[in-house]
Amino acid sequence: MKLTVEGLNSHYGPAHILFDIGFEVADGEVVALLGRNGAGKSTTFRSIVGLMAQRSGRIVFEGRDVSARPTHEIVRGGLGYVPEERRIFTDLTVDENLEVGRQPKRANAPHWTREKLFALFPNLGEMKNRPGGRMSGGEQQMLTIARTLMGNPSLVLLDEPSEGLSPKIVEQMVDAIRTMKKEGVSIVVSEQNLHFARLISDRAYIIERGRICFGGTMVELDARPDIRDAHLSL
Amino acid sequence: MAFYVVQFLTGLASAASLFLVASGLSIIFGVTRIVNFAHGAFYMIGAYVAFTLTERLSGAFGFWGGIVMAAIAVALIGVIVEMVLLRRIYHAPELFQLLATFGLTLMVEDIVVLVWGPDDLVGRRAPGFRGAVDFFGQNIPSYDLFLIVLGPVVLGILWLLFQRTRWGVLVRAATQDRDMVAALGVNQKWLFTSVFAVGVFLAALGGALQIPRDAVHHAMDLRIIVEVFVVVVIGGLGSIVGAFVAAVLVSELNAFGILIFPKISIILVFLVMAVVLIVRPWGLFGRPEAAARKTPGLTVNPWRPLTSNERLAALAALAMAATLPLFAGNYALSVGSEIAIFVIFAVSLHFLMSVGGLASFGHAAYFGLGAYGIAFLAKMAGLPMIVCLLLGPLLGCVGAAVFGFFAVQLSGVYFAMLTLAFAQIVWSIAFQWVSVTGGDNGILGVWPSSWAASPSRFYWLSLGVAALVTVALRIAVFSPFGYALRATRDSPLRSEAIGIDAKRIQWTAFVIAGTTAGIGGALFAYLKGSVFPDNLGISLSVDALVMVLLGGVETVSGAVIGAIVYKALNIWLVSQTDLSKLVLGGFIVVIVVVFPKGIVGMLEMLAQRRSKASPPGSPLLAKPIGSAE
Repeated sequence: MKLTVEGLNSHYGPAHILFDIGFEVADGEVVALLGRNGAGKSTTFRSIVGLMAQRSGRIVFEGRDVSARPTHEIVRGGLGYVPEERRIFTDLTVDENLEVGRQPKRANAPHWTREKLFALFPNLGEMKNRPGGRMSGGEQQMLTIARTLMGNPSLVLLDEPSEGLSPKIVEQMVDAIRTMKKEGVSIVVSEQNLHFARLISDRAYIIERGRICFGGTMVELDARPDIRDAHLSL
Repeated sequence: MAFYVVQFLTGLASAASLFLVASGLSIIFGVTRIVNFAHGAFYMIGAYVAFTLTERLSGAFGFWGGIVMAAIAVALIGVIVEMVLLRRIYHAPELFQLLATFGLTLMVEDIVVLVWGPDDLVGRRAPGFRGAVDFFGQNIPSYDLFLIVLGPVVLGILWLLFQRTRWGVLVRAATQDRDMVAALGVNQKWLFTSVFAVGVFLAALGGALQIPRDAVHHAMDLRIIVEVFVVVVIGGLGSIVGAFVAAVLVSELNAFGILIFPKISIILVFLVMAVVLIVRPWGLFGRPEAAARKTPGLTVNPWRPLTSNERLAALAALAMAATLPLFAGNYALSVGSEIAIFVIFAVSLHFLMSVGGLASFGHAAYFGLGAYGIAFLAKMAGLPMIVCLLLGPLLGCVGAAVFGFFAVQLSGVYFAMLTLAFAQIVWSIAFQWVSVTGGDNGILGVWPSSWAASPSRFYWLSLGVAALVTVALRIAVFSPFGYALRATRDSPLRSEAIGIDAKRIQWTAFVIAGTTAGIGGALFAYLKGSVFPDNLGISLSVDALVMVLLGGVETVSGAVIGAIVYKALNIWLVSQTDLSKLVLGGFIVVIVVVFPKGIVGMLEMLAQRRSKASPPGSPLLAKPIGSAE
């Protein structure tokens, strides 16, 4: 397994957010984490990369338990994270944003260069020197993914990549994620949009109120319209 | 004409060091969000170390090598300080970091005297820049010309460092979003350490470069830190170009102010800073801060009025304090009076800081105004003491009303700096308006009337007033006004949305705090029998801050304990050792690291932990303390 999460619990102050979350990602797989707003998707990702102060549970990445490691070590180990809010460095240019994400080559992961990324996201190549704060939402979304890929991750946590994007940009995003998969990057993508998830994912988990309530292939999910209608708003 | 040109160049030369130190402070603040009070101390150590090295090493290489080596050596000291001290307190409330670095400053002041002695040291002239250049009959030291060139060169190097290197890109990214930088695999710890090292290097270099111009002495740190704060605030925190422009502006104001308005030259700089802050609160080149600042009042223990048991305990403590004259001598009573007066002072600042979320760095202004109010009334108008005590603090009230109106338009660090500027203006007036205030000589012979003259009676008076003031402010905390004030502190937007006029509430709180401080100052004038400009100086303002933070800014009664502990310790240390600053500074640093919630905060935490140990309730929902016993 590329990534195994077991018994993950998280708290915000006195509020218990995640309850015994568990899921697995195989090498080269694209797994969707589906759920409504506030279901706990982003908190799950934040917990995995160590950005939640109060969490417990086991997170095994490439055979190593990383649950007690600081964020930067987890990420350097090859586990990339693309936050939902994008968090572009608005004062920095596109090029400089990519520079912040740059990490050395890794043996078990595809190597990304600026040129390769500009081929993947042609818009970015045309605005290398534009400050991040003066880009559209779609361009920022591409930059934030490209920035994480600069770290040559073997697995990427992609938090709601289609959120707030125009249909045309969503299409580009689907292509980009398929290319990433083809290059050999494992991906966990959180989504509210089942249609989008179906286009890219091999398997899906459904999260509701901080608990995993379904796990299976996309075909298995389609066979259970009751679950789909109960937990996802379409 | 030539004279003015020379004056202008002198100003530019002074700007170089100021810029170096200010840019260092700005860089450190940008990334770590720490307002490094110890920056002046690093500047001073830089000068001392450079003095020693340039004396030991000979020749031109020895001199310039000594300067650079001094800056590097001090940067290494900075690295140790960052790793040992600051790393532990990055997550503490921002004022605590200020307190810790202030503690360091105190320690350094004693350490340099221990190592280099108390006398001024005059260093070597710079090889190759010993002479002067003739400019239409006026002499310009060639070293000044060197400094004038150096400033822009350093600005250029810093610009390249931040724009053209990976380190610079990471630093700029971290200035905006530290967590995201970590989430991209960058080790923040080393980034912070390196930023601190660079900042300290610049400060030390600024100090080292001063030795051919100025004598090295152990009060250099406070003098520069105030100017540097002014520069950074005018230029905009975090902006290096801003630091450069503001350093030039401030230095030129100093250079020409002394020619054109010799009487108000000190005020001029602070006046400009006040105007900049009012017109452009984030500085000339800064950017408005969007991030919500951490509220100091956010605490696990919600504030509550005292239970009847605690009320009895407080009364018992007061009664015990009142028995002091029965067995203590005059000296102890005078110390007791002074502590009571500082309780009043600290409680007033605490009200503004903890309840209002407004950390004033110039609170001594209102304390001092109260003291001067008494001196004017008693000495010039010859009014009886009781009338003076009622009217004197009004001067503090008026001052707070005027300055507070402007100050509450800002918040956070900028509020702190504006209050500091106002306090400096008041201090300068007291210092320079000799015909009215007596200037440095102060006003002497302010003695209490016979009914309060004996040490025990004056002690009882001070104790009584302190108790009254504390009770009154506590009542205010739990009044509708207090709730409204806390609402403006915790969320300015939401409180506006429910119809609270935030600025007016904060202004009122500022006036209440200023008037209360004035009451303390009034009593202080009678206790000492005299009034001096120091009564409204920076060090007194800092004392008040330390007392509040020491007691615990998140507690309601912290200021009382903080004032008693700090003042008693201070007086006792001064009588026991020549190294009182070293011990006091070390004490403050230890408190910050070991008890980040202050003395009272720590006691509350212990009490809560004990009460929680018995019932196995949910560890996450803090039990209200009211039900603990």
